[in-house]
Amino acid sequence: MTINIDQANQKAIDAIFEARPTLIGVARAKDVIPGMDDNLFLHAGPPCTWDRMSGPVRGGMIGAMFLEGRAKSVEEAETLLASGEIKFAPCNNHSSSGPMAGIISPSMLVYIVENKSNGQRAFSGLNEGRGKVLRMGAYSEEVIDRMIWLNEVLGPAVDRALKEMGGLDIRTLLAKALHMGDDGHNRLDAASLLYTNLLSPYIIKTTDDPKITSEVIKFLGENALAVLNPVMAGCKLMAEAGHGIEGSTIVTVMGRNGTDWGIRVSGLGDQWFTAPSPKVKALYFPGFGDDDACPDIGDSVIIETAGLGGFAMATAPALVTFIGGTPRDAINTTLDMYEITLAEHKHFNIPFLDFRGTPTGIDIRKVVETNMPPRVNTGVAHKDPGVGQVGAGVVSAPMKCFEDALVAFAEKYDI
Amino acid sequence: MAVIRAEIRSGSYFDSAVLMQLQRSLALLDGVDDAGVVMGTEENKEILAHIDLVTPEVMASKSDDLVIVVRAADADTALGAIGQVDELLARKKSNVDQEYRPKTLASAAEMLPDASWVLISVAGRFAANVARQALDLGKHVFLFSDNVSVEDEVSLKAKAAEKGLLVMGPDCGTAMISGNGLGFANKIRKGPIGVVAAAGTGLQQVTTRIHQLGSGITHGIGTGGRDLKDPIGAATFLMAMDVLARDPGTKVITLVSKPPAAKIAEKVIRQARKINKPVVINFIARKPSMRRDGNLWFATGMDDAAALAVELANKMPDLSSAPVLPVEKFAAGQKYFRGLFSGGTLAYEAQFLLEDYVGRVWANAPINKENKLKDSLTSEEHSIVDLGEDEFTVGRLHPMMDNEMRIRRLLEESKDPEVAVIMLDVVIGYGSHPDPASELGPAVAKAKAEAEKAGRYLEVVVVATGTDEDPQNLDNQIEQMRAAGAWVSSSNEEVIRYAGSILRALNEKAEDEYIFTPVDLSTLDKELMAINVGLESFAEDLVKQEVPVVHVEWKPPAGGNEKLASILERMKKFS
Repeated sequence: MTINIDQANQKAIDAIFEARPTLIGVARAKDVIPGMDDNLFLHAGPPCTWDRMSGPVRGGMIGAMFLEGRAKSVEEAETLLASGEIKFAPCNNHSSSGPMAGIISPSMLVYIVENKSNGQRAFSGLNEGRGKVLRMGAYSEEVIDRMIWLNEVLGPAVDRALKEMGGLDIRTLLAKALHMGDDGHNRLDAASLLYTNLLSPYIIKTTDDPKITSEVIKFLGENALAVLNPVMAGCKLMAEAGHGIEGSTIVTVMGRNGTDWGIRVSGLGDQWFTAPSPKVKALYFPGFGDDDACPDIGDSVIIETAGLGGFAMATAPALVTFIGGTPRDAINTTLDMYEITLAEHKHFNIPFLDFRGTPTGIDIRKVVETNMPPRVNTGVAHKDPGVGQVGAGVVSAPMKCFEDALVAFAEKYDI
Repeated sequence: MAVIRAEIRSGSYFDSAVLMQLQRSLALLDGVDDAGVVMGTEENKEILAHIDLVTPEVMASKSDDLVIVVRAADADTALGAIGQVDELLARKKSNVDQEYRPKTLASAAEMLPDASWVLISVAGRFAANVARQALDLGKHVFLFSDNVSVEDEVSLKAKAAEKGLLVMGPDCGTAMISGNGLGFANKIRKGPIGVVAAAGTGLQQVTTRIHQLGSGITHGIGTGGRDLKDPIGAATFLMAMDVLARDPGTKVITLVSKPPAAKIAEKVIRQARKINKPVVINFIARKPSMRRDGNLWFATGMDDAAALAVELANKMPDLSSAPVLPVEKFAAGQKYFRGLFSGGTLAYEAQFLLEDYVGRVWANAPINKENKLKDSLTSEEHSIVDLGEDEFTVGRLHPMMDNEMRIRRLLEESKDPEVAVIMLDVVIGYGSHPDPASELGPAVAKAKAEAEKAGRYLEVVVVATGTDEDPQNLDNQIEQMRAAGAWVSSSNEEVIRYAGSILRALNEKAEDEYIFTPVDLSTLDKELMAINVGLESFAEDLVKQEVPVVHVEWKPPAGGNEKLASILERMKKFS
């Protein structure tokens, strides 16, 4: 097959820019996620077997067993999870995206985001806020109670509001948030407030019990990551729009599960290219340090894949405290990412850089050529199940993923 | 007993200047005997072995590995020194105040879109690719790197010719553009002299002398030392000459080269002759046979070249006084010279001088035996026949007294369709024919008329040797010959050079011209801005000259991994 890489990439980029992810509702995972069934449990990153799973993913799975009513104790959960009866799959293989451990179990409520340009849908769970949370591998009673509340109270209220308002445009929301100091990944303070602000009138309108209305709006408003999951599903749809184009060298999925880092490339189908997940260069919460950290984890790096997060650092100078740097370092991070991407985003731009579009469309050729991996802003989970988040920082993707993908590309296309 | 300790870092790359600094810093540490910080190439390992700085791990290192090796009084000191490497590397603070350092040439070009120049000083095996990128971005290239293959040089210069860009180098040490120095360069006053040099220190020597003599330069364009050799063929040199020929600020052009290939030097000189400005030429090891030839001045050395250029710039010569050559009048195929002499010394001088213009000249009495005519009665190509030689005078009068034989030969030669110029000497005085022009003149007229009838043009040139007090009267003889249509002078050299110039022009016509897109002069005249890839000190020097510069934090493609780099290279064909 004769390919023209530049043309293929242009096609992918055009589709990525064309994508119009819109949050349309909330529903039970097994009712909406393709291929989902009672024994399928999704996790972040590339495929992983139980024996290799990192602490947070194991902890999240145990919590999900409790939530699903499949186990009453950790031992019972672990036995079942190791039995082979429970199947595991990456969120990304099921049109989903899960932060940190990224666990989606069959009865969890998930956001539904739809790309209005092509009808594709993507899914992500409801955000639990910071601290001890299932996505960080925590599974204590308060964690499970919150999950139940999300499933029973917050989820239905948000669903009613979204249906009443006729959907919420994620791309526009992100574009605005970038001008308010968010990077779209580690800092979603502005986006979450915008999100709460947009939803509130409809929550009030569609929820009869003022106590519930208040609780839901308070929870959303106080959670600086309230909109993280719809944003991830939205970024998943944008990146996905550029996937599967023969001859394209654009990265369309990045994800990690605390064990492995993995990427997929538009022109290389659904094959994952993986490498051991690196440690995050992080600032830790008091009492924690490097030794406590789980290697890099979570699907949220789909945000960088779509041209935000670490790639848009220049517009989020407040974030540099996370990396102990100066605003100049934030700007340079974005400038570096232009070196490995193919385009400047049509809809997301950075005022400080004269409204230059964010670097978008990671090209495996450029990553390998410059030997410069994508840089990611991320949270850090404790390495052990059940503990939760211990810090946040920045991490570079392992070069091996991109190098292996390049070699595979050359083989597939006989280059 | 000293110990040696080493650390190998794979996939690290630093330019050699950084490594040398680091090496020096390490060697200066207390207790350290010696240190080496190099990439693990075979050559470097050999050098390390020579100075007793190898360990088995050093010998096992590969060319992409950074080798840090220390010999010290004891192991702790050695390991301690190696432990300081990162700190020492970090301590190296840049003098280039640049907030962001692009990693690629393309980004640098976006940061400084008005930059017309890219300075490249990366390791030779990577340099050609960087230069290619620079040309694709429409930038002139100053290619300091050496160890660039001849094939790469040829292809880079071909690309540059197509795009109207200069590739100065490879192995170009020096250039001075609009008063700014690139690479190794001096601060030279601005002035009316433009210099092209296939010689780094040659350019420095000539331009500094020009400066010392009170004048200055427009541009000093380096070409790299191989430019005037095969198979490069003066690719950059000719483009640079064209730049200076068109540059209104350049009044005098000076050409300098390390010993060039003879044929290429000829090509350059041929081109220089077409420039309507004085051109001073100093090609080392090429002895000039004349001081001036039309617009060309041949210097005996670099100092002489500088002095000549300054003198000419101070007092511009009148180039329009040169005789107009009747080159256009000749028919196709006319290209040879025939000299029919009565005087032996005049004939010898003609042989000697003509060679500079046309190459080999056959003769019946040659200076070099290998140029001897097979048959004195039959001319070949360019030929000079001395009819006063013994072979012609047996039983006959000397041709200074009897014109019959020369007239016959003149008419014969004029029938040869390949003959363009015929030279005669008219030597008068006591003992000579009483009025040679009265016989030679009509013969010349006849020869010219017959040639014209046959659709050709014949130039007959005559040296008249005598005085106005001679019985035949020189002026009278000249007048008669001119009336017959001959070009006459009383200087043998002047006649030969005039004829030589015609023949050279006729013989050049057929040769291939070097075709290139002319360089846009505005790219040299506007404020100089540059992108630097490689040695940071070059960027620092530009900053000192207040030249806007972006330094690229360049690394070898794919971190030096050759397999991946070759895939990337192949992928370019699919783009």
